[in-house]
Amino acid sequence: MFNPKFIPLAVTCALFFVLFGIGAIQFDGFGSSRVFFNLLSDNAFLIIAAVGMTFVILSGGIDLSVGAVIALTGVICSVLISKYQWHPLVVFPVVLIGGTAFGAIMGAIIHYYKMQPFIVTLAGMFFARGLASVISEESIPIEHEFYNQVAEFGFMLPGDAWIGTSTIICLLVLFVAIIIAHYTRFGGRVYAVGGDANSAALMGIPLAQTTIRIYAISAFLATLAGIVYSFYTFSGYSLAAVGVELDAIAAVVIGGTLLTGGYGYMFGTLMGVLIMGVVQTYISFDGTLSSWWTKIVIGLLLFCFIALQQLLVRGKPR
Amino acid sequence: MNTTPVLQLKGINKIFPSVHALKDVDFSLRAGEIHALLGENGAGKSTLIKVMTGVYQRDGGDILLEGNPIFPNNTGDAQDLGISTVYQEVNLLPNLTVAQNIYLGREPRRFGLINWKKVNQDAAQLLKGYDLHIDVTLPLSHYSIAVQQLIAIARGVDMSAKVLILDEPTASLDADEVQSLFRIMRDLKARGIGIVFVTHFLDQVYAVCDRITILRSAELVGEFVAANLSRTELIGHMLGKELAELGEHKAQTNENRDEALLTLQGLGRNATLSAVDLQVCKGEVVGLAGLLGSGRTELCRLIFGVDKKHTGTVTFNGKAVNFSSPRDAIDAGMGLCPEDRKHDGILGQLSIRENMILARQIKQGWWKFISRKEQEEIANQYVKELSIATSDIEKPIEQLSGGNQQKVILARWLAANPSLLILDEPTRGIDIGAHAEIIRLIRKLCDQGLALVVASSELEELVAFSSKVIVLRDRNKVAELEGNDINPQRIMQAIAAS
Repeated sequence: MFNPKFIPLAVTCALFFVLFGIGAIQFDGFGSSRVFFNLLSDNAFLIIAAVGMTFVILSGGIDLSVGAVIALTGVICSVLISKYQWHPLVVFPVVLIGGTAFGAIMGAIIHYYKMQPFIVTLAGMFFARGLASVISEESIPIEHEFYNQVAEFGFMLPGDAWIGTSTIICLLVLFVAIIIAHYTRFGGRVYAVGGDANSAALMGIPLAQTTIRIYAISAFLATLAGIVYSFYTFSGYSLAAVGVELDAIAAVVIGGTLLTGGYGYMFGTLMGVLIMGVVQTYISFDGTLSSWWTKIVIGLLLFCFIALQQLLVRGKPR
Repeated sequence: MNTTPVLQLKGINKIFPSVHALKDVDFSLRAGEIHALLGENGAGKSTLIKVMTGVYQRDGGDILLEGNPIFPNNTGDAQDLGISTVYQEVNLLPNLTVAQNIYLGREPRRFGLINWKKVNQDAAQLLKGYDLHIDVTLPLSHYSIAVQQLIAIARGVDMSAKVLILDEPTASLDADEVQSLFRIMRDLKARGIGIVFVTHFLDQVYAVCDRITILRSAELVGEFVAANLSRTELIGHMLGKELAELGEHKAQTNENRDEALLTLQGLGRNATLSAVDLQVCKGEVVGLAGLLGSGRTELCRLIFGVDKKHTGTVTFNGKAVNFSSPRDAIDAGMGLCPEDRKHDGILGQLSIRENMILARQIKQGWWKFISRKEQEEIANQYVKELSIATSDIEKPIEQLSGGNQQKVILARWLAANPSLLILDEPTRGIDIGAHAEIIRLIRKLCDQGLALVVASSELEELVAFSSKVIVLRDRNKVAELEGNDINPQRIMQAIAAS
C-alpha cells in the first residue's frame, strides 16, 4: 500500500527527473553525470543552508537570518585569514561555534519571550548583515595555501564528473541530517513541535531545549554554508548571499515540506534544491533566455506546490 | 480493594494574581478505584488536575505519591513519576503515526538510533490489549477521536502509570464508544491503577465510579462513596443548594402553529445527510435529537447555508430560498450558534461588545458604521437582559466562562433581530448553573415569538423546551415526536430502535 504521506516527496522526485529528462532530450550533453554533479557542487552551500531550514520549517518556524549569516561568516573568515594570518582550520571551528551560539540565542529568545520566529530571525538577519558591513564594506580576498588545496581536492567520476570538497561536505551534511531527522528522538521532537507545540509539551517534550537546538542547528549549517561559499568565491563580502534564505525556504517547500510544520522529509529538500538548479541549468543551456526566467519558473513551481499541499491537507479524513 | 492511597493531596493552595483558585483542597485516590472529580466550571477541577500533573506549581500543601512527597515541575516529570493524563481534546500529535505517538520521547533504540520495526511491533502489540486492531503506521489523524483517546490512554498507562487522569474523555464520544471506554477503565482498575475521572455527565459518574470528590468555588465540599450519594444530593453539593431547582417543564403547545416559518422538503447533501422534511413554526422550538454523527450538526449547517444542499427545497418566510453562504442566511433573518464555540463561535481576543455587534454589522453591511454609543447600548442591554456575569463590556470574551460566552453569542444574533435561531449543542461544556439559565433563556425567546432549532444530546434538555423533536439516526430522519410523545424514553427508543 502506498502511504499518502509520501505523495509530495514522490511528486518532487518525479518533477526533477521530468525536468532533467526534458533538458537531456533537448540539448546535447545535458543528460550527463557531469551536469548532475555540477548541480550538486554549484548548489552545495544552498543545500547545506536548506537542510538547516528544513529542521526549522518542520518545527513550524522560519529562519530569515541564513543569508546574512553566510555573508558574515565569509567576512569574518576572510578578515581572520587574510588580515590576522590565522590558519583556516583554526578559523572554521571558531566561526562555527560563534554561529551556533548566535542561533541558540535566537532560539532562546523565540522560546522564552514567546516571540514569532519570523521577527526574531529578521532581527538576527539585520544584526548579522549589519555586523558584516561594519567589519568591512569592501570585499576581502582570501589568499591562503589551504584554500587552493581545498579547491584542488576531489576525485573524478566516469563521465567527466567532478566531486569536490563542497559536494562531499554537502552530501555528508545531508546524510547526517536524514539520520537525525528520521532516526533519533530529537528528530521525533522536531516533528512533534511542528505538529502541535502545546500537545507536544503535554506529552513531556522539553520545548525550550528542542527550540533552541533547532535554531542552533540552522545557524550552524548556515555558518558551514558560509564557509563552503567562501570556497567558491575566495573572498568575504558583506553583501554576498542576499536572499539565500528565501531560496532555501523555496527549496524546502518545493521539496514537499509543509510550511505549517510537522510534515516533510530531508531528502525532499535535496530534490527541491536540485529542481531549482536544473531549471537554472536549462536556461543557461538554452542561452537565449534571461537568467531571471529561473526566478519566474521557481515562482510558478512554488505556487503549484503550495496549492498541492493545500489539496492534500484538505483531502485528509477528519 | 487496597485502602492505602496511591496519590494524596493535602491542603493544596493555588493562588493566581486575580483569583485564589484552590483553598486547602484535599484529595485522595486509592489504587484500583475510579474516582470522579466533580464541580461546576470554575470550581477548581482543572486547576487541581494541573497541580497534580505539574502544569502548575502549588503555592501550598503536599502531594504524596505512594506516601512520598513529590514536586512535579512539568508534565514530563509527572509522567516519569507515574501520573498520566488524557484530555478531552486528545493532546496527541495528528501528524505523527500512531506508533510514534505512543512511544514519543522513549522510542526503543539500537546503536543509538530508533528501531522503527520494534516501535511499530510494540505499538501494535500494546493496542491489541485494548482491543484495537489498527495499522499503527498510519498518521493519528486517520482515526476517529474515540480511537485517538484509547491510544492516548494506552500511551499513558504504558508509561508505567500508577495514576491515570481522564479529563472529560467522553465529551466527544457516542454511546457505544463510551461503553468501550468504560470497559477499558474497569480493566485498568482491576490492574490496580487509580483513575481520576472528570466529567459533566452524571450518568457516567454512577456507571463507573467508586467514589466522588466534589469541589465548589475553589473549596472541597467533600468525598463521598458513589453508591451512597443520591443524584439530587450530588447536584445539591455541586450547586451549593440543598435541593437543586431542576423544574420539570411541560412543553407548551403553540397556538400559532399553522404559521410555518421554515419548511424543508427533502433537504439533503450527498454523503452527509439524506432527505429531511421539517416544518418550523413561529414561536416554536424544534429539538434535534440523535447521537454524535447522526446528522444533527450537518442539518444545522445545511439550513444555514454553511454547506451547500444537493437535494430538496427550503422555504423561509414564505419564499423559496437557496442560500449559497451563511451571509445569505443572515440576510434572510437566521442565526447559528455553532457546536464548537471556541473555534467557530467566539473571537477570543475581541471584547464582549465587539463580539455582540458582529452579526448586526454584517447584516447592515460593513460600510454602515454603528456608532460607539449605539454599540455600547446594545452590549449593555444584552448583558442585563441575559444576565451575563461581567464587570465590563470591554473585557475580552475569552476571559468569560463557557456559559457566559454562549450568552454573548446568543446576544450577537439577537442584536441582528433574527426570526429563526439555530443552536447546535448550546449547553455543551457548560456548568449546571449556566445550563439551567440557557434553557430558561431558550424558553423565554420562544415565548417572545422567535423560532428556534436546537440540536442537543441531552434528552432532558430537549424535553424541557421542545414542542417538536426530530430524531436523526445514521444521517436519516427517523422520527418526529410531538406532544406527550416528547419524553426521554420515547426519544431514546427512536434513537436506538430500528
